[in-house]
Parts: sequence; structure tokens; C-alpha cells
Amino acid sequence: MTLMLGAVVAIFLQPFNALAALWNKSAFNAIAIQEATQILGIHDEINSNNIQIVAPDLAENGAVVQVEVKSNIANTEAIFILVEKNPTPLIAHFELSPEMYPYIVTRIKMAETSDIKIVVKAGTQYFSRSKNITVLENGCG
Amino acid sequence: MSDNMKMRAQLKDGMVEVKVLMSHPMETGRKKDDFGQLIPAHFIQLLTATLNGKTVLEAQWGTGIAKNPYLTFRLIGAKLGDKVTVTWVDNKGESATQDISVISA
Repeated sequence: MTLMLGAVVAIFLQPFNALAALWNKSAFNAIAIQEATQILGIHDEINSNNIQIVAPDLAENGAVVQVEVKSNIANTEAIFILVEKNPTPLIAHFELSPEMYPYIVTRIKMAETSDIKIVVKAGTQYFSRSKNITVLENGCG
Repeated sequence: MSDNMKMRAQLKDGMVEVKVLMSHPMETGRKKDDFGQLIPAHFIQLLTATLNGKTVLEAQWGTGIAKNPYLTFRLIGAKLGDKVTVTWVDNKGESATQDISVISA
């Protein structure tokens, strides 16, 4: 984490090609959720009710689906958002410093009815929770 | 590019809630224009937030974040008047940065 923080501070002073190196291209380009999680180093994740997901059960339009994530897991360091049936399932990877309360709200695109999967990293452990969202109109165009 | 981002940072219940609305097309690279041509991918890849200059949040995004991205996050122990800065960089190397002071709710 510390290493990565330093990298980003340095990177904003660097030319563009350095930025491309930081972005996890292979994980974001992965077309299967298992491939994405494997590249991210996520393993043996434990299903946990200590992750709260607030999102609609049904989304009229997949172009904008608001997702609120809260982790009640101590030492939450990272939060990942994945959508199983999107063309590229990895949506976002957030790294949180200790000043951050483990809570994120953002809006995502969904191609079709699918589980969204939230993964939390705490220390060396991974936790996850999924929620199914019915999507009436493809938002990935 | 300061009009690219709308930000608010409010102290309530001992926590600072930061809301950010960015102006960005977030093109996936899979959509076609009216002439049947693919619109090239154009999306924010990296976003960082700092509190008084210290990095507190680092995000990597793919094309699955909705157009005109919205983000809320919360900070523990931030105070009135503290400075929160958000910076993003997209796949074309374009970037925007904006800061805001913490106010009371």
C-alpha cells in the first residue's frame, strides 16, 4: 500500500506512459470474473454479511446503477466492485488509507441482469458479498 | 479544467463526507456513432484523493463506471477547514484536479 501510494504521487509528475503502467490493464481487460479476481490476487474469499451493499433490485437502464458499499470488516484496505456478466467484469478497485471510513458510493454500468460482487481486502484475507440486480436495458453500449 | 468537477465536503456526525461529480464521457470503446463507426474508448483510469496533501484514496477504474462519474467517500478525523483534493487521469492522458475545504453540514 505504502509503495503504491508513493508510486501515485510520483506518477502525477511523470509523463503519460508511466500512468498506463500503474493501471491494471490485464485485470480490467479480463472477460471472465474468475480471471479478473485471479489477476488481482484475490483468493479464498469468505462470504461475509459484514459487507453491506445498497443497490436497486431492478434497474430500468443499465447505463447508471448506483451502488453503495459499506464494510464493517476491521482494517478494510481495499474494495473491489465486479459485475459478473459485464463484457469486462472488473469495474473498480479502491485502495483506502486508515483515514478512510470503509464506505464508497458510485454509479456503474450493467450490460444485463447479473450478480454484482463486492470484494474487501483486510490484511491478508479477502471477503465478498454478492447481490443480484435485474437489468431491463443494456447499459454497456 | 476546474469546472470538470463538482465537489462538496461536509462534516457531520464526526465524519467528513465528500461527494464528487465529474464530467467525463466514459466511453467503453464498444459503442458506435450515428455513422456506424466505433467510438474510441475514453475513460478515467486513475483517481486519487488527498486530505491536506496526504493520499487517502486511490482508485483504478475500468469502462464500467457510468458516464459523468459520481463518487462519495467518508473520512475519519478530518476537521473543518481541512483541504480535500481529487485528481483524475484518463486513458488519453487528460486530467483534472480540484480541491475544496471541509464545511459544516
